[in-house]
Amino acid sequence: MKAPTLSMFTRKAEIEATPDIEAAALRSDRFRLQREGEWRRLEDILHRLEKGKLRKLSDKDVLELPALYRMAASSLAVARETSLDSATLTYLESLVQRAWFQVYGPRYGLTTWLRQFLGGNLSRAIREIWLDICVALFVMVMGTIAGWLLVARDVEWYYSLVPTQFTDSRVPGASREVLMESLKVEESASGMSAFAAQLFTNNAGVSILAFALGFAFGIPSLLLLIYNMAVLGAMLWLFSSQDLTWEFAAWLSVHGTTELFAILLAGAAGMHIGRKMAFPGHKSILAAAAEGGRRGAQVMVGVVLMLVFAALLEAFPRQLAGQEARAIIGIFMLLFWLAYFFVYGRDKTAEDTA
Amino acid sequence: MSSPSLPSQIRDRRARRQRIMVTPEGVALPLSIGSRGARAGALILDLLILSIATLSLSLIIFGTALGTRIEEGLAGLPGSLEFLFVVWSLMWFFAWNGYFMFFEMGPRGATPGKRIVGLRVASRDGGRLTPEAIVARNLLRDVELFLPLVMLLVTPSGDGGAAGWAALLWFLVFLLFPFFNKDSMRAGDLIAGTWVLDAPKQKLAATLSTEGAAADGSSAVTGAAYKFGDDELSIYGEHELQTLERVLRDGRQDAIDAVAETICRKIGWEAGSGDERAFLEAFYAQLRAKLESDMRFGKRKADKFS
Repeated sequence: MKAPTLSMFTRKAEIEATPDIEAAALRSDRFRLQREGEWRRLEDILHRLEKGKLRKLSDKDVLELPALYRMAASSLAVARETSLDSATLTYLESLVQRAWFQVYGPRYGLTTWLRQFLGGNLSRAIREIWLDICVALFVMVMGTIAGWLLVARDVEWYYSLVPTQFTDSRVPGASREVLMESLKVEESASGMSAFAAQLFTNNAGVSILAFALGFAFGIPSLLLLIYNMAVLGAMLWLFSSQDLTWEFAAWLSVHGTTELFAILLAGAAGMHIGRKMAFPGHKSILAAAAEGGRRGAQVMVGVVLMLVFAALLEAFPRQLAGQEARAIIGIFMLLFWLAYFFVYGRDKTAEDTA
Repeated sequence: MSSPSLPSQIRDRRARRQRIMVTPEGVALPLSIGSRGARAGALILDLLILSIATLSLSLIIFGTALGTRIEEGLAGLPGSLEFLFVVWSLMWFFAWNGYFMFFEMGPRGATPGKRIVGLRVASRDGGRLTPEAIVARNLLRDVELFLPLVMLLVTPSGDGGAAGWAALLWFLVFLLFPFFNKDSMRAGDLIAGTWVLDAPKQKLAATLSTEGAAADGSSAVTGAAYKFGDDELSIYGEHELQTLERVLRDGRQDAIDAVAETICRKIGWEAGSGDERAFLEAFYAQLRAKLESDMRFGKRKADKFS
């Protein structure tokens, strides 16, 4: 931030006085004075680029930028060998660095990136971590089965597995009517959007954590998946003990197909990075980690988008729609995601995303 | 770490953070890794900005909500309040998760905090900084920063037992990650393939050798001409030259007097007074001329000890 001064309101002199080259006693200073004008011109272009005022740049400026950049870079190389003026050297170093970031950092806007992202990059990234998805899926299925078996063997497990917020009326020994009550259709949509927002922020936070933990541990990330699915398995057992399996599955599937899929992807993305670092192949560990990380990040952006969907589905259709509608919505969403991730964009040539 | 005293030690520490990046057209570009202190400062600034922004937005939203009566539970909320609640919770999530990503994707590649301390994010392989890399480096913030801090607050109470202490140690590894590698990368930098560089904005200062006594060696005040011999100039090296340059550019009279007196003592001149600046300008110009011509012959003198 520059402090406001009166000179802000006056126009800058178009052309600064040409420096008196002959007056300089030192050869290195003469060298500098000869090139100073071009350096300042480059600095001016850079300043406007960094401000994001692309429209204020003339075509001439844009065309000259690479040439000016190379000029400044060679000036720096010469100055390092001939000049001891530290002011000039530090100025040139920072100038060349800034120019380099602008010349070699052709960024596209967020919208372009999003279009490419939704138009194939996300699907490709997800297909690339298929192995980790398989591992995470296996772990989640195992977790569900484990939860079921534990509770089936000893009901006490139910209380240690299932968090207290779910054990309001849904406890072992509850009658069929009470369990039905918890799956009932709500009359009005009041309070639902607030519920959805809460769900989304909570779930998104959890999945980001699962991703980050996947990098940090790998194993505890798997444990997290196992535990969460064990809860599901336990509740599945509870409802099936009263012959409500189908109803419970329909109630859950509305958003569950999307949400569980998203959590699966988050865990898989985290694991992918850990796996890449443990088995980098013929790359260096750092390069492998960077590659895995960027892939994982793409998947994570997709996960957050999926969770937005899941929260909306959970708040409205799950509570308001009837039995069959719930199942249809759930299955449709699952098929939609599968088609989008694994079928869509297969034949497209990869766009440049590196 | 002992504070460096010798100029050579200062230079060593600076040199340890220097990296050379060779651009695609073969120019060796000097980069310098941002120091850990600067990065910590930038982070604190960013968190301050974020906290103030989110808290004031929350206050505005709550102020709007105060007009209506709050009932029990989420289900009892009237429509307007419910809408405000949705806005508030989404604002909270996207502000804390999106702030860093949004700003680092901009043309400066830096959050406001980083800009203030003069840092920027760059790709480690010399390619472009992609949005994926920025997302990746910021998703790990939870594990690196918030969890360790929570653990630090919780664990000493001893609730977690041995497992709690183990977890604390494990998270401290991530918190202290930048201290374990020479590029001071955090774990997020590691998986995104990025690093944080110094990006100082320099103004080009005026040339010293065109003004005053530097140009012809004679003082404008007294008309005295200062000419130094070879042995008098060979006392000092590049480090002292650049110190002298700083003193002349700052133009603080007491510093100029002190430096002039020191140099006079060193080369065995009688220290006069009232004309120190001209003396220093002449000395600077002639010392630089000598060192630069030596440089062209491949002789470099780093400082007075070499």
